[in-house]
Amino acid sequence: MTTRKQHTARITGVADTAMGELPGSTAMGLHAEATTAALKDAGLTAADIDGVLCGYSMTMPHLMLSSVFCEYYRLRPSFNTAIQAGGATACIMLANAVALVESGACRHVLCVTGDNRLTGMTRDGAVAALASVGHPEFEQPYGMSVPAAYALVAQAYLHEYGIGRDELSAISVAARAHAALHPKAYKRDPLSLAEVANSRVIASPLRLLDCCLISDGGAAVIVSAADAARDTRKPVRVLGSGQGHTHEHIMAAPSLTDFGCKTSSAMAFAQAGVTAAEIDVAEIYDSFTITLLTELESIGFFEKGEAGKAALAGDISLGGRLPVNTHGGLMSYGHSGAAGGAFHIVEAAHQLRGEADARQVAGAGLAFVHGDGGILSAHCSLVLGQE
Amino acid sequence: MTLPLPSPNADSRPYWDAAQQGRLVVQHCATCGTVQAVPRGCCGNCQSPALEWRDSALRGTVASFSVVHRGPTAAFRDSTPYVLALIDVAGGVRLMLNIIGPGREEVQIGEEVEITFEPRGEAGFQMPQARRITA
Repeated sequence: MTTRKQHTARITGVADTAMGELPGSTAMGLHAEATTAALKDAGLTAADIDGVLCGYSMTMPHLMLSSVFCEYYRLRPSFNTAIQAGGATACIMLANAVALVESGACRHVLCVTGDNRLTGMTRDGAVAALASVGHPEFEQPYGMSVPAAYALVAQAYLHEYGIGRDELSAISVAARAHAALHPKAYKRDPLSLAEVANSRVIASPLRLLDCCLISDGGAAVIVSAADAARDTRKPVRVLGSGQGHTHEHIMAAPSLTDFGCKTSSAMAFAQAGVTAAEIDVAEIYDSFTITLLTELESIGFFEKGEAGKAALAGDISLGGRLPVNTHGGLMSYGHSGAAGGAFHIVEAAHQLRGEADARQVAGAGLAFVHGDGGILSAHCSLVLGQE
Repeated sequence: MTLPLPSPNADSRPYWDAAQQGRLVVQHCATCGTVQAVPRGCCGNCQSPALEWRDSALRGTVASFSVVHRGPTAAFRDSTPYVLALIDVAGGVRLMLNIIGPGREEVQIGEEVEITFEPRGEAGFQMPQARRITA
């Protein structure tokens, strides 16, 4: 692996909107609400933003979403584009923003996402739209949904490591306990292992409560050049970033138990000069229980086949060895498409600033954030640290 | 509600044409010997355009499977529960297929299956599928 220059970019503003079922919300309205809040968080104004990165929206599909948003919010940036990498979108947007400010192309880059996919479309419509990541000739005609594709990974994992139902369920239960501490989380009711185990089967071995939520919501992150960050309220350092891309379609994945997160996280750790063992808090893409299990192990936080046992033992809960998804993650905080992965970044910044209230990990100095898109296809890892 | 049919393109047409004749064909790179499942204009290993279609034996092994109870579209919701599987076929590639026929929900990883062809739609378009041998 070639040695990369150290990052100098800062995350200077983070915000997310209300979460869950938001009747009357629109994709652009959520983008705007998140942007206004992130600007306020940073202590910046719209005129300070000279770069804009948008993701994608399912309720408002458009070839030029970033231009649509700049018109909506009246931004006239010198750099403007949209990025689409499924669940990895938010982390990849941030990595691009880092490159833009470190190259000198921009001083303050706004990364903004939002979708009203719960109230703006039917649940069936959302499930069908998501299934379009399957190959149109070789996967979709066989009835591949996104949960079914992840179920193929889960079945292979259970076969290889022989873990029990509770070890999958523990992932959902841990997320819910964290969400209960976050006033904005979509699902805050207590959840038991038995409730997960007894929820209906979606695609064996995955059950309803192994799956993330569909929510309305938006999030924005502002990335600034080191010198430009001096004028902002409470910047957070970007210490490492990395990506890993092995396939798009699950039928073409080189492995069903090891994925690109191994490469992406190794790159990010190497650049930051830290190891997995030094991370204080991790915010990792958790579209399904199996997603988080395989990623925790592939990244090196736990041995193969051990992450479920660790979750059962409380290791990924607040007060445990490595608190994971302290906001509740996609499983319980909410999942609004490209914004879903951005909520992990927002939470990491809150943790590093000591602003996570009841969810605060004591002494959180190093955070790891990870996004994955497709069927564990596109991976982007970030290591963030205190100023 | 009828299940969707694939729309073959220039890369994939020989695969689907062969399926209509009850044959499973895979692309073989004449330059490096790699076989590939999703048909392409070049080899996905060495990028050579020298690709040949070869017949695969109609056998495979289950790499993974899921019994799907919640289909992605109305047509598939009418078909639940159905079995989605990744099959490592004898020709050396991994395909996504359905396990059809008796005992399909009892299939196991590592089990050997036979590749079969199932007509779909009014014109009886033949879809490669997998069927248990021991059931």
